[in-house]
Amino acid sequence: MNWAAIRAIYVFEMARFFRTIAQSLISPVLSTSLYFVVFGAAIGSRIDQVEGVSYGAFIVPGLIMLTVMTQGISNASFGIYFPKFIGTIYELLSAPVSFLEIVMGYVGAAATKAMFIGIVILTTSFFFVDIEIQNPAAMIAFLLLTCISFALFGFIIGIWAGNFEQLQLVPLLVVTPLVFLGGSFYSISMLPPVWQTISMFNPVVYLISGFRWAFFGVEDVPILTSLAAIALFTSLCLGTVWWIFKTGWRIRQ
Amino acid sequence: MAAILSIQNLRKSYAGGFEALKGVNLDIEEGEIIALLGPNGAGKTTLISTVCGITMPTSGSVTVAGYDILDNYRQARSQIGLVPQEIALEPFEKVINTVRFSRGLFGKSRKDSAVEDILKRLSLWDKRDNQIRELSGGMKRRVLIAKALAHEPRVLFLDEPTAGVDVELRKDMWEIVEQLRADGVTTILTTHYIEEAEAIADRVGVINKGDILLVEDKDTLMARMGRKQLDVQLTTQLDAVPDALSLYDLRLADDGWTLSYSYDVNAERTGITKLLNDVQEVGLQLRDVVTRQSSLEDIFVSLVNEPEEVA
Repeated sequence: MNWAAIRAIYVFEMARFFRTIAQSLISPVLSTSLYFVVFGAAIGSRIDQVEGVSYGAFIVPGLIMLTVMTQGISNASFGIYFPKFIGTIYELLSAPVSFLEIVMGYVGAAATKAMFIGIVILTTSFFFVDIEIQNPAAMIAFLLLTCISFALFGFIIGIWAGNFEQLQLVPLLVVTPLVFLGGSFYSISMLPPVWQTISMFNPVVYLISGFRWAFFGVEDVPILTSLAAIALFTSLCLGTVWWIFKTGWRIRQ
Repeated sequence: MAAILSIQNLRKSYAGGFEALKGVNLDIEEGEIIALLGPNGAGKTTLISTVCGITMPTSGSVTVAGYDILDNYRQARSQIGLVPQEIALEPFEKVINTVRFSRGLFGKSRKDSAVEDILKRLSLWDKRDNQIRELSGGMKRRVLIAKALAHEPRVLFLDEPTAGVDVELRKDMWEIVEQLRADGVTTILTTHYIEEAEAIADRVGVINKGDILLVEDKDTLMARMGRKQLDVQLTTQLDAVPDALSLYDLRLADDGWTLSYSYDVNAERTGITKLLNDVQEVGLQLRDVVTRQSSLEDIFVSLVNEPEEVA
């Protein structure tokens, strides 16, 4: 294992994050605060409780997930797309590194950034609502797994994308709707039965449900199903990444 | 000396059916500087990309220091440094960090003294904390070289290192290559510029249409293929070559002030002595006699245009 290479990629990617630390942090913190003001205070004050949790607190796990997923995807997809775009990918391809090492470097850095932002948002939410996290270890584990799996997903998008438009396409057209319809701001049980069934095909439902369970002990789907879903999603991403490097798809002719 | 880079029957075809390399064979000895000359699209960059792992070979084998580039890619690639043709650098990163990154990527532990040494040799030390986008084109090329040398490779590929570079920087590049040779680094460079090959290479390979037409010691090549020209400058102006000298296939040059004679340096009889005697017999007075060796460029042009004559 070329640990020096993993470290080099990781440090290089994190340096990009710290170069733009202000915008990396201000933007998610600002948008999260807006969500709290609009949904938590303005609308939330008219909603009593959802499954025994005040609405303001209920949306916290969903908000964190929303940001962590989009950040994980955008960081990892940009991280690997940018070298392709400016041509520095030559160095990665000519270096004595395996696909696993490249993935560990890029996905590790993207997941770290997403995790960091997730924690910042959680901290921000303490200023707006009272939250008691019932199962902190599970909460961290769920957060970490989500960061990693969505960074993997972003990595795949970054390899696939042929231009900046395509880079934005999947997050915009697929991920955002899935996240919004995944129960970020409501409980699935509040939906009509048909939509409840449809929601079961949305992988994000399982992640948010599991994450919310770690906070409040309430869940839309059983926690083990959530775990299985995230494991499946991560494995699918890993398999795709492995196939990409095996075949050189879109990177090595 | 053992070959540090051995290329055997290397072929590369693309999906469209285009064959960029048609069975290239090439052995490169440790410590030498070899220049690969060829027109655009000859396969120079494809050859380098394939050896370095950027493109996959269709068939054939390549070993670097005895390591196969596919079976032992880690060991093989660790030996190689690559300076690409295009300037490709992360614009917002600092010079020193991008060199550190390269060193780490190739599996070497962080060693600031080594990075400092490389940056100083390439006159980049003063710019180490600058962002790359602040540098001039020439400086960016130096950064590319610094990155390629960061892991102390034994083999360095320079893909058209001086394309679009001013004369001064070109001279600097040649000096850098000379220094590297002193350290025992083997250098393979591709170039359009014949003078570059002439100035720094030990051996010259001519590549065209995916085939290596010839690889030869530069001096031998020039001696073997070189023709010389003898210019006999006269004190009187001539209208035509005198009949008595028609035997020699002379050309009148310089508005009739010079007789030009082309001959093969390797021929048993060059005919110079007899020509000069005959010139005197015709009654012409000599002002000066000049000989000129044909350049690598002439050789190159004749090879690329008439490859069948070489085979």
